[in-house]
Amino acid sequence: MSSTIHPPPAYELSHLDALEAESVHIFREVSATFERPVLLFSGGKDSVVMLHLAARAFWPAAVPFTVMHIDTGHNFDEVIDFRDRTREHLGLDLEVIRVQDDIDAGRVVEDHGPGASRNRLQTTALLRGIAEHRFDAVFGGARRDEEKARAKERIFSFRDREGRWDPRAQRPELWSLYNGRHRRGEHIRVFPLSNWTELDIWQYIDRERIDLPPLYYAHRRPVVLRDGMLLAHTRFLELAPGEEPVEASVRFRTVGDATCTGCVESTASNAAQVAVEVAASRVTERGATRADDRISEAGMEDRKREGYF
Amino acid sequence: MQQLLRVATAGSVDDGKSTLIGRLLFDSKAVFEDQLDAVERTSRSRGADHTDLALLTDGLRAEREQGITIDVAHRYFATPRRKFVIADTPGHEQYTRNMVTGASTADVALVLVDARNGVVEQTRRHAFIASLLGIAHLVVCVNKMDLVDWSQSRFEEVVEEFRRFAMKLDVQDLSFVPVSALHGDNVAQRTVNMPWYDGSSLLGHLESVHIASDRNLVDARMPVQCVIRPQRQSDSSLHDFRGYAGTVVGGVFKPGDEVMVVPSGRTSTVRAIWGPGGAPLAEAFASSAVVVELEDQLDVGRGDLLCRPGNRPLIGREIDAMVCWLSDRRELHSGDRYVMLHGTRSTGARVGGLDYRLDVNTLHRDTTAESLELNEIGRIRVTTTDPLTFDPYRRNRGTGSFVLVDEVTGDTVAAGMITGPSLSGTPVVWHRGTAADGERPTAATIWLTGLSASGKSSVAVELERALHAKHVACHRLDGDNLRHGLTADLGFAPEDRAENVRRVGEVAIVLAEAGVVAIACLISPYQQDRERVRERHRAAGIPFVEVFVDTPLAECEARDPKGMYARARAGEITRFTGVDDPYEPPEHPELALRPSDGDPADQAAAIVGFLGL
Repeated sequence: MSSTIHPPPAYELSHLDALEAESVHIFREVSATFERPVLLFSGGKDSVVMLHLAARAFWPAAVPFTVMHIDTGHNFDEVIDFRDRTREHLGLDLEVIRVQDDIDAGRVVEDHGPGASRNRLQTTALLRGIAEHRFDAVFGGARRDEEKARAKERIFSFRDREGRWDPRAQRPELWSLYNGRHRRGEHIRVFPLSNWTELDIWQYIDRERIDLPPLYYAHRRPVVLRDGMLLAHTRFLELAPGEEPVEASVRFRTVGDATCTGCVESTASNAAQVAVEVAASRVTERGATRADDRISEAGMEDRKREGYF
Repeated sequence: MQQLLRVATAGSVDDGKSTLIGRLLFDSKAVFEDQLDAVERTSRSRGADHTDLALLTDGLRAEREQGITIDVAHRYFATPRRKFVIADTPGHEQYTRNMVTGASTADVALVLVDARNGVVEQTRRHAFIASLLGIAHLVVCVNKMDLVDWSQSRFEEVVEEFRRFAMKLDVQDLSFVPVSALHGDNVAQRTVNMPWYDGSSLLGHLESVHIASDRNLVDARMPVQCVIRPQRQSDSSLHDFRGYAGTVVGGVFKPGDEVMVVPSGRTSTVRAIWGPGGAPLAEAFASSAVVVELEDQLDVGRGDLLCRPGNRPLIGREIDAMVCWLSDRRELHSGDRYVMLHGTRSTGARVGGLDYRLDVNTLHRDTTAESLELNEIGRIRVTTTDPLTFDPYRRNRGTGSFVLVDEVTGDTVAAGMITGPSLSGTPVVWHRGTAADGERPTAATIWLTGLSASGKSSVAVELERALHAKHVACHRLDGDNLRHGLTADLGFAPEDRAENVRRVGEVAIVLAEAGVVAIACLISPYQQDRERVRERHRAAGIPFVEVFVDTPLAECEARDPKGMYARARAGEITRFTGVDDPYEPPEHPELALRPSDGDPADQAAAIVGFLGL
């Protein structure tokens, strides 16, 4: 009997390949074990990366999920354009759930005036969409580095019949053995990007040449300075007395409701340049650009408990 | 190329874990201004005279209110060399299950010790759990050095205390760093306050710890997650595409490799391997997510596993496992039924018995225990509905780990690490030992015990012949022969017999690791000595088959081929087993052979049959 000893080759994945492999594994687990998964798609960079990963996970087959957009009605036009182009391009089965429908039906009441946002109203629309379509697994693009309540989130996150998250009763999650057990009416939120950081996302977008809405790159537009944040002056933004839009070269770090998503001054016109800016940034993306996260120390935790993603 | 390093923290409450992580994040510039502002505001509002960095990591309302960590939080930071994922795990005993959650995927465990208090119960518990989970690298941070006047002797006392405990653990790489998390000494940078310390800072250590060889690159394993069949009308070239998607959990696969699908045992050849998105790969190794195309159309589905024909996992429905009990709603009892998630398989599982409960502090095994409660650790026997294809956890975390799920509530109730097959009453299945390039098959030890002249050697010779005929590499370790060399220095006193058995057991493990089945035939009269060998095999993940050659004393004495009984009866030799020294028959041998089973060739055939060959 003989045994040859070979010099060990460097069998190592780069951090981006390791993150990609972990996400791909998660997509495949869900596809193989759930009946009706859905992928939440907002046209934002995280959900675009998530869709890109899903497409890669099932190559050469098509993405085997429905895609759902929770439409606040206060979206940037560029994002809606991008969403519809993506639907065409990938042949997606896209469900759009409109917050406006909940408002019209009296299920939620909208705030008015400067500072009003429909962000919080999304929870009702999301839970309605999940219930109407009996989705049992819901992919979200949330990352643990975004916010400290999200840092506590499991990759498979159990939600009860009301869509609620109980942070003190989370299932232990070991190795890559994900427990998706649930009963009728309950569902699992799945976060394939859990271990990605904002910088990882940009490095990956750069590497994979992933197309994004143009909002993410530097462009000139009228903005309003409010509470230390630059808000885009759109038709949805009600100006407070004395507020005067000015033009600036900006880009968006996150893309949500146009009334509460701020932008940052920037000249970065491609993903590689954005990655350099992100690496040097001294402010988190939510701190810089999300008015709704500034409400309270536990703002995100409270919203997640209600069923937010 | 930046590498990803996964770190789990451990240590008792108030040893300063959250502060240390906060400091690590802060000093590596991973804390952002808005986060720091929030922490400073909260610190001030609580009347603290410094910025409480622990507030950076405690993310839940209840955690901030109570000032303790309840659940795992994951934190991220990077240096030019590595990206770090830190699982910040709770120290409270009541949240040990969350510590297990955070540690299961870690490359490195950070254990904090308060320099003033030294090693406490939670330190031991967490260090033990880290070793149980197979984390190869343990870094002990002796914290709060500022509160012991940066004392070198105090540091060394703690190191000594920890080392003494760690000797009982299975830790490959142990290091110690004296730090002050509060002030940042030796966290990201070396400090001037402890000139006597010449090692690297914690961050320096984390940047350089070598983890590439921790993965198993020997045993090729890929559990199949799903079958990819595009069948797009629009693309006829894909009409016949059938790929098996999965994440490689061990070894290396290459196009052209002969592969076997287990448990079915069908073989084929790898036609192509595709990375995410369809990148053709020359090879796929542990932790790659791939799609494998085979030359032949086989019936393969989720739950099956691809391996190499000459290097298969163990297959069976009965396993032994260490479990950490994670449920506060129910206890583990013998006879309970659960759903087991193992690899990509989900199957029914019944707890056949609790062998012992482990006291994590003393490592004492309580064999009288009848249940496991929240956070308790013990060894159980499990019978599954479908056969499992597994390796011992020590050999492969991917194929050796499982969780148990409560069928009714859906709760994850246990984390399990397979120690090996449960051999009692079931055939052991292993593959034939043809170790080729870089492959090391799992072998087994057949341990024949019985009185002098019971026929052990004759059975062993026949067994060796039979295994050779089946191309199984084997080697006979005969107690009498070994006493001329390996054990020539030993007599027949109980301690000498114990040492004799120990040495032969170790040789058997060495043989097994080389892919050779050891056939040991030794009187080995004491149960305790044989159990020790069995335990060593269990720990090494090598099947141990105890065969009791159960020939009555009277018949052995009647045979007496070497005249030993006659000499013992005449008092010429003393301490002769069965005459003036006891023989303790095995309580639960895998197999017992009696003269009524036939001649030595028939008895050997019975062993071959038991082995499933």
